[in-house]
Amino acid sequence: MSEHLLAELTVFILAVFVGIEVIGRVPSTLHTPLMSATNAIHGIVLVGAILVAGTQVAPLGPIVGFVLIVLASLNVFGGYTVTERMLSMFRPRAAVAKKED
Amino acid sequence: MEQTADLSIWFNTAYLITGILFIVGLKYMSSPRTARMGNRISMAGMAIALAATFVQGIIQWYVILGGLVVGAAIGIYSARAVKMTAMPQMVAIFNGCGGGAAALVAMGELMKQLQAANGQPLGYDLTITTMLTAVIGALSFSGSIIAFLKLQELMTGRPITYPAQQVVNGLVLVAIVVCSGLVIANSADPNTLLYFSVALALTLVLGVLFVLPIGGADMPVVISLLNSFTGVAAATTGFVLNNNVLIISGALVGASGTLLTLLMGKAMNRSVTNVLFGAFGAVHATAATGGKAKQVEVRSLTPDDVAAMLAYANQVIVAPGYGMAVAQAQHSIKELENLLEKRGVEVKYAIHPVAGRMPGHMNVLLAEANVPYNALYDMDDINPEFERTDVTLVVGANDVTNPAAREDKTSPIYGMPVLNVDKSQNVIVLKRSMASGFAGIDNPLFEMPNTSMLFGDAKKSIDAVNTALKQL
Repeated sequence: MSEHLLAELTVFILAVFVGIEVIGRVPSTLHTPLMSATNAIHGIVLVGAILVAGTQVAPLGPIVGFVLIVLASLNVFGGYTVTERMLSMFRPRAAVAKKED
Repeated sequence: MEQTADLSIWFNTAYLITGILFIVGLKYMSSPRTARMGNRISMAGMAIALAATFVQGIIQWYVILGGLVVGAAIGIYSARAVKMTAMPQMVAIFNGCGGGAAALVAMGELMKQLQAANGQPLGYDLTITTMLTAVIGALSFSGSIIAFLKLQELMTGRPITYPAQQVVNGLVLVAIVVCSGLVIANSADPNTLLYFSVALALTLVLGVLFVLPIGGADMPVVISLLNSFTGVAAATTGFVLNNNVLIISGALVGASGTLLTLLMGKAMNRSVTNVLFGAFGAVHATAATGGKAKQVEVRSLTPDDVAAMLAYANQVIVAPGYGMAVAQAQHSIKELENLLEKRGVEVKYAIHPVAGRMPGHMNVLLAEANVPYNALYDMDDINPEFERTDVTLVVGANDVTNPAAREDKTSPIYGMPVLNVDKSQNVIVLKRSMASGFAGIDNPLFEMPNTSMLFGDAKKSIDAVNTALKQL
């Protein structure tokens, strides 16, 4: 294993622990928005998609490259929009009462 | 060369900021008050990462911009148009897109590196991480599509099983491992891309085979697991491209998906392995139909009776299940809540962790109907309340309210934590007919002396109760 890979594994493992710590505090009422929010976050693969399909040699060719970008951006934009839509509906009792008046 | 090295410091700093914003964003998700802010922080992180990527010498602008515009348009449109009840399948399909993208990135990078290596073998670091990305991404892609088809009811939601299913799946897995091994062992082989493609194709097949035997009520587990797969695939993409932001974000999502998967398994008192390979519903459905056709005596009520019972109660608990989603009854339930609260009746909601088809499914539907989140109670918080409750209304839930899980050691769901609705003074079960729940298990709740049934579509039934309440 190269030193480079080891450094990356270190980042990965520490991030997993951060993830467990942060996610463990999310209340169950928010589990669907949480799934959808993390869903949008793994859309970060769009960065990889742009690097592979858009720079210098692009061996996938324009059509596969296009499909790749579409898939990844669907993930990002769809994911964030859905999360935003869901979270906008969560209201505490006071806010609901106010809205109904 | 010197110049690119200098610039890469800036890209990587931008990516680091993205990683931090993602973590902070998720931290804000720990309360419904701040969650929306959290999502926006996360969006800002994504925007920074994309901007940092754009300045790295994009050549094929038409491919990138075209893809972005089309993907964003479809994504935003469908995310806005989708009904809240269809949220699980929407999340599944976006998740599959991410997985598919990760697999394609792995393929593109492998092709690029093979060209550059010009017949020389590639490093094991690269080939191993590339194969992992391709396999996990493709598994998530085809698995999510099957999950989508099941949830959208374009195919049966029940488990699909056939003889020697696990053996077939095992053989496909072995073939994938062999092909991946060939790629890793000698990437100088001119057939490397062929082996890669075969592994990729077989993985797509495995993803289908793997989700087929998993049925409706087990969907929360599968959806969480597929989410975690795509997370891991994004992280391994980071290893392939030497990109830390992908590694960090992927690890966060992988951890989150895994945590939710385990949580859902625990809520059903079953191991995740049992959910994935047990074909639960199929086994017991056949057992139930093959067994004795027992005559069940139940008490049936009219909406007027129900309205009268509710109107003179002190406390009413609503226990919703997937049937509420199917009937789109959440708005009618909210109206019922308003009518009852005007009469001074306290209304609470009891949410079982696996009610519905994804974690937190009921909470989102009720939030859509304007039910404040502080009126929703987790199973552990609400269970002691049932004894003090005059009427519990079970709306389209079955197995999660089954007292047999607590008392009958022979029941297939014995040991699963359930909502103790049977402890309340009166239980009213809203149900289409006397058919058994998803898992095909008899529910003794229906026959208990304090239980009555209100048959019919949940939304229509509650609307009828509401009309009756207004006339009281």
